[in-house]
Amino acid sequence: MRRVVVTGIGVVSPLGLTLDRFWAALTAGRSGIGPIGSIPTDRLTVKIAAEVRDYDPADHFDPRKVGFLDRFSQFAVVAARAAVADAKIAFSPETAARTATVVGTGVGGLHTLDESFQKLYRDNATRVHPFTIPRLMINAATSQVSMELGLTGPAFSVASACASANHAIGAAFHMVRGGVADLALTGGSEACITVGTMKGWEAMRVMASDTCRPFSKGRGGMVLGEGAACFVFETLDGALARGATPIAEIVGFGMSADAGDITAPDADGAARAIAAALADGGLAPADIDYVNAHGTGTAANDATETVALHRAFGDHARQLCVSSSKSMFGHALGAAGALELAATCLALRDGVIPPTANYREPDPACDLDYVPNEARTRPIRTAISNSFAFGGLNAVLALQRVEA
Amino acid sequence: MADAPAEIEAKVLDIISEKAKIDRERLVLDAKLTDLDIASLDVVEIIFALEEVFDIQIPYNANSADSEFGTIGDVVSAVTGLVEGKA
Repeated sequence: MRRVVVTGIGVVSPLGLTLDRFWAALTAGRSGIGPIGSIPTDRLTVKIAAEVRDYDPADHFDPRKVGFLDRFSQFAVVAARAAVADAKIAFSPETAARTATVVGTGVGGLHTLDESFQKLYRDNATRVHPFTIPRLMINAATSQVSMELGLTGPAFSVASACASANHAIGAAFHMVRGGVADLALTGGSEACITVGTMKGWEAMRVMASDTCRPFSKGRGGMVLGEGAACFVFETLDGALARGATPIAEIVGFGMSADAGDITAPDADGAARAIAAALADGGLAPADIDYVNAHGTGTAANDATETVALHRAFGDHARQLCVSSSKSMFGHALGAAGALELAATCLALRDGVIPPTANYREPDPACDLDYVPNEARTRPIRTAISNSFAFGGLNAVLALQRVEA
Repeated sequence: MADAPAEIEAKVLDIISEKAKIDRERLVLDAKLTDLDIASLDVVEIIFALEEVFDIQIPYNANSADSEFGTIGDVVSAVTGLVEGKA
């Protein structure tokens, strides 16, 4: 089987629009969560989120083209361009035809949907904008990325709520490893901080009103985020042949379904996905040094994820460093796994583990090493990144450090 | 005209009984929600129904559920307080 490496990463995040800013904030334990500024908050009970700030579409898109792109597609294209620049790759027509494009998105163009429906139902407009459909469709991000970069290989979108990006990235990994494609442009994108979405999450009563404190006693729930992260995947041989520098190697991908509750997490389902990722990568539990957790900050997820880690790793669980980057960039749903993979790749590259920020005190239900509040310098060889979605769809990626 | 406390209590118990599929007779004020096997998502749905019926806003976060509504009586008194506060 072919080895698959990451050679380029691009992010659009609440911690910054460049990979350097993103990583500097993560390793400093600096949170991007704050008062919502992009939408009216007068009807909201929860008035905080992790928003992408200082983002102006005019800085990134031709005014004649931007009308076709919802915010979530814009994020995907900006992140994809940055990933390609980071990989220092130019796609010839032959290479482009052998490159897959797989982007995960949880809910699609909700800004477009919100604006259209407000006009229609509230303002009694007789028509909506002609680009409403191509903007809101959930595959728009994948399509816009393939068009932007001229990628003509296999391309599709993946939707599995909070695990969308991990499912997309895992599919891209398997395609390159198995020879369906030689390269992949993959990742996740989401931009759904709208009044309608916020009201929906409020109604579930799982959102924190102060900040996100994963695994900490007194955690008040999740904080909604947004953003995108994209990656260039290629074979190790291909990367070395063109003189590229691999950032990390993807070695395993595991999936499972809880087949249980539509919202409640399940330790057994999560543990099975972790075990599947290890098996897929030929790894033993003791090989893993770091876990970038799903870590949403809800009472249920964090306790359940802890049980799953105990179940999957046994005694080795106590040796793991576990941290939740959602404490800093919030829960970006369909983009979450992609932003977290970016964090995990950089942790492997630099031997620095980003902390779980906003951590206060231990919760008896969460009894592992969560790297509270301060980054830790520790050489790490192998890591996993967890995503567990509403609907019980679990996806776990396993990564390995590339020795220089 | 606002409902009298007894009427509020009766309506609250009707809603809990309907949403959680629990016999009305089991819903005594000192019964614990956990003993009645009312899951957190049931509580979220019950609160939604109470807010709609009484036109009130009930502060509730499922992440700190154990400290808020322990018993049926806690739910009844929270709703009664909010309805009376509105009048």
